[in-house]
Amino acid sequence: MTVYSATLGRQRHVFGDLKTLMAQATPLRSGDLLAGIAAPAHEARVAAQCALADVTLRRFLEEPVVPYETDAVTRLIIDTHNEAAFAPIGHLTVGGLRDFLLSDAATPQVLTALAPGITPEMAAAVAKISRLQDLAAIAARCHVTTAFRTTIGLPGRLSTRLQPNHPTDDPRGIAASILDGLLLGSGDAVIGINPATDSPQRTRTLLCLLDDIRQRLEIPVQSCVLSHVSTTLELIRQGAPVDLVFQSIGGTEATNRSFGCDLAMLAEAREAALSLHRGGTQVMYFETGQGSALSANAHHGVDQQTLEARAYAVARHFHPFLVNTVVGFIGPEYLFDGKQIIRAGLEDHFCGKLLGLPMGCDVCYTNHAEADQDDMDTLLTVLVAAGVNFIMGVPGADDIMLGYQSTSFHDALAMRELFGRRPAPEFEAWLAAQGLADESGRIRPLGLPERLQRLLPAA
Amino acid sequence: MTEEPDSPLAAWSRLRGLTAARIGLARSGAALATAPLLDFRLAHARARDAVHAPLDAARLAEEAAALGLPVLTVHSAAAHRREYLMRPDLGRRLGAEAAAALAARAGAHDLAIVLADGLSARAVQDHAVPVLAAALPALRAEGWRVAPLAIVHQGRVAIGDAVAAALGASAAVVLIGERPGLSAPDSLGAYLTWQPRPDSTDAERNCISNIRPDGIGAQEAAFKLVFLLRAMRARGVSGVSLKDESGMAAID
Repeated sequence: MTVYSATLGRQRHVFGDLKTLMAQATPLRSGDLLAGIAAPAHEARVAAQCALADVTLRRFLEEPVVPYETDAVTRLIIDTHNEAAFAPIGHLTVGGLRDFLLSDAATPQVLTALAPGITPEMAAAVAKISRLQDLAAIAARCHVTTAFRTTIGLPGRLSTRLQPNHPTDDPRGIAASILDGLLLGSGDAVIGINPATDSPQRTRTLLCLLDDIRQRLEIPVQSCVLSHVSTTLELIRQGAPVDLVFQSIGGTEATNRSFGCDLAMLAEAREAALSLHRGGTQVMYFETGQGSALSANAHHGVDQQTLEARAYAVARHFHPFLVNTVVGFIGPEYLFDGKQIIRAGLEDHFCGKLLGLPMGCDVCYTNHAEADQDDMDTLLTVLVAAGVNFIMGVPGADDIMLGYQSTSFHDALAMRELFGRRPAPEFEAWLAAQGLADESGRIRPLGLPERLQRLLPAA
Repeated sequence: MTEEPDSPLAAWSRLRGLTAARIGLARSGAALATAPLLDFRLAHARARDAVHAPLDAARLAEEAAALGLPVLTVHSAAAHRREYLMRPDLGRRLGAEAAAALAARAGAHDLAIVLADGLSARAVQDHAVPVLAAALPALRAEGWRVAPLAIVHQGRVAIGDAVAAALGASAAVVLIGERPGLSAPDSLGAYLTWQPRPDSTDAERNCISNIRPDGIGAQEAAFKLVFLLRAMRARGVSGVSLKDESGMAAID
């Protein structure tokens, strides 16, 4: 077995295997402390980063952090690795890859071609030795565009998922939140409801509500009810109007099992959604988040940032329309404070983009984390500078069903104006046709248009 | 100021009646106006205070004494709030002196009741005793032998398993402060476990969530609690295989 080491002054730091090296090289976060795998001291962490910078990229193909024999995600990563795409960087170390990604040679075209040759572990390793500035600068050059009824991820655009959740799934309460969001230019990535229960009947009611609103107002958007993939699959068979198939996924087979899904089930659901021919070939919506594997006791001693990147290999296999890292939802035992949440959000966006995924981020926190809206402003601003495809739009940033704080419709407008970003082109044209934008394209609703008010279901 | 019936303000007020979500907020440019910004800050401050406010165990014990049960106060293995937040495993285990203190009161008990601060001490401080006051007469009438009440500092749901084991009880009810949301900083949860073990999983528990005056009231929560305990005892199970079929009925 290869041993990894770095000598700093007169002290030689030794790391027994690659997963130990990766864990100790990870910038401090509470989840790795909880798992007992974090570096024991600041110097040991930097020593690990020095040793990691010298690891060759090919080594990641030879020493999987989770065993190939027992983990379907590892097999997916190794078996689908694209050697031809990897060839231009095959001679590099982790440090060499970071330098290359920051160089002028790494154009958007070059990075797009490189993506299938990069494994999650390689991306995670570069993230560990990078500053936030690097994570933003590199990700900003990774252009990932996807399409359903709208086109997401075009340069110069910023889209939102409108998230109109309600604690009892009340259709009128949900419709009122959708109306508020549409008036404020939200929803071009997806209008997506987290249902309060996984009842198939209720999920179907919500799917029909969303499809009805879309058709009556002729809005170029796609909808999603974020029920379990098995529920969605059954509803597709019953003829429910499903645009996107949602599922939470993780970076190990056992994490996905804890979510009640596996690769075969995801493949089956994708085929079912494609058979409906409602909007192209990108029909999956995945959510992820650092800490889910540890929470499911399925982490194999691997650090949470590396496992998060491995979840993106699962996502990549199914050609998703949207991938969303719900970064601060899990709580302070995994990401303790604003600093840790900010770094994790930028790591996740970077790794996803480098792997070629249409990354969005739920910039969020819970009330037991040491974080507030100022921290979210910081993360949001850097993410938008880094070219994030989409963020959440939650009424007043307060999700009254899930009990956490995300970003508001107003936050998205502020970012669009600060950075000159526009909504997806199809949705932008609809907003203009509704008279919701002023002459310079800014969203400034003057009232409550009668046509939109009529979308409320009868009492 | 009077509003025309069809003015935007009147329309928004109708819509706001449909959801507690923060819709139709006043803007300045793209930004929130000052009033809704400060409303949000206040709600977050209250939720943060709820997470960090210490449990007044002495006052809670005094109020609980009126229920006619002996009361014991113990600590989990988490020494303080920061450790509690970062180490969920410690909040599930009894502290050094707790096991002995509880074991001294072990006996032929059917039910251990735990009052734990969880993530909102205010929730358990304000709402736990009214729920028990409504539930205990029915439980006693049905022959439940209830162990001394255990108040636990820095406790998580699974601490109930350890408390029940130490007291020798065959079922556990944990009344615990839930993760506070902006609109509900004082929401109480009740977790019920039949024959709890050290490795009991959440799938083996039944939960009554959102117990607070604007959610599930004390009377309704007590009704559900007694209903579920009765079903647990009759069928010898708890958790996902035991559905809450108590419906919306409540004791009036």
